[in-house]
Amino acid sequence: MRSIEAEKITQAVKNMCITANLDLNPDIYCAMEKARETEKSPIGREMLSQLLKNADIAKADRVPICQDTGMAVVFITIGQEVHITGGLLKDAVNEGVRQGYTEGYLRKSVVKDPFLRVNTNDNTPAIIHIDIVEGDELKIDIAPKGAGSENMSKIFMLKPADGIEGAKKAVLDAVEAAGPNPCPPMIIGVGCGGNFEYSAYLAKKALLRPVGSHSDKPHIRQMEEELLEKINRTGIGPQGLGGTTTALAVNVESCETHIACMPVAVNISCHVTRHASCRL
Amino acid sequence: MDIQVKAPLSKKEASALRAGDIVKITGIVYTSRDAAHKRMLEQYEKTGKFPFDMENAVIYYAGPAPAKPGNVIGPAGPTTSYRMDSYAPFLMEHGQTGMIGKGARSKDVIESMKKNKAVYFAATGGAAALISSHIKKSEIIAYEDLGAEAIRRLYVEDFPAIVVIDTEGNNLYETEKAKYRTL
Repeated sequence: MRSIEAEKITQAVKNMCITANLDLNPDIYCAMEKARETEKSPIGREMLSQLLKNADIAKADRVPICQDTGMAVVFITIGQEVHITGGLLKDAVNEGVRQGYTEGYLRKSVVKDPFLRVNTNDNTPAIIHIDIVEGDELKIDIAPKGAGSENMSKIFMLKPADGIEGAKKAVLDAVEAAGPNPCPPMIIGVGCGGNFEYSAYLAKKALLRPVGSHSDKPHIRQMEEELLEKINRTGIGPQGLGGTTTALAVNVESCETHIACMPVAVNISCHVTRHASCRL
Repeated sequence: MDIQVKAPLSKKEASALRAGDIVKITGIVYTSRDAAHKRMLEQYEKTGKFPFDMENAVIYYAGPAPAKPGNVIGPAGPTTSYRMDSYAPFLMEHGQTGMIGKGARSKDVIESMKKNKAVYFAATGGAAALISSHIKKSEIIAYEDLGAEAIRRLYVEDFPAIVVIDTEGNNLYETEKAKYRTL
């Protein structure tokens, strides 16, 4: 048994909320630099230049990359030998979000109720996913996500007969329907299998993977590569103003499912796709 | 060469702009997004007035992050415009001539733009830190309780944008996409 103080979790979450919103991940930055060299549209190249310049300003001036600093999505992977002292895990995470969004001058974008819509004023609560694994380590992944791209996400309850081609068509349809709205170039997280809610969870988790990484499963890797190639032929382009850079990555996660099911969840994300990670 | 656009924007000046024009906007624009739009329409229904002069007004769909001490405003990029589609035609009927946002618009909005001689500009989504350097003054003028969604009167200088849909309904999103589509 290993003890971890709740306060340490709060501090880690607070710091990661700030860095994830201020510092564009290097994998995305590099992918946009590369895309600027190959992008065929002059407007598209100009858009990519603006996004790179914006990331430089955010980093240097210590301000958020985008005003939508998102709802904090926090993945906790906790070893079952870990004992948390001095408070509850969820309280510690939410306190970290509260402090990070206040002290980091991040936008408070959470309302208490979908219909009454009164702001909670501290960006809590976070969306928290907890996974218990073996060991005595606690891993925190934080992925604050803006709503422009979240609103373009979709779930498809396909039939097994639709096969992998049906799944690819569903992803492409979601991207075409999103068009310029989610601030392309996009990162696409796809969850295949499980059930209704688990496929959506997998799609979100897929967004944690760095740009340029691939699935270990050969058929899934092929699906990722084919989809990226097709999506970049839609013409949507950077900011939807036309071009050959519509997505920087398609990350697909898959898992077991029911004999009658083939869920495909598509979580669309923008060129900021925030992610920070630490181990305690 | 970038085209200089003054805000407020007259219908005549709006009509001279074409989809694809790269512009720099200088003058007064008002921030308003989901909650403020809803409230403006409710206020008009009750009182017959908007919280600012709608004649020739340019509305920027944005909800800035908090300003750091010493800064005029926090990062303030555009939000996705289609969420304001159900309100925009009413405001254009009452004088609005410019919208700044990002993303596609509905057929109803485009028809209203043609009828009322209004133009839709896109600012670069997610380039909030860059855009904020062109905002020189910011003042909350209505609905302060809405926080980031309160209506702000901004004075902007050389605010970078691109005309996406013009007063004739030409749509840059569609024409540029078609050029690069190889599916």
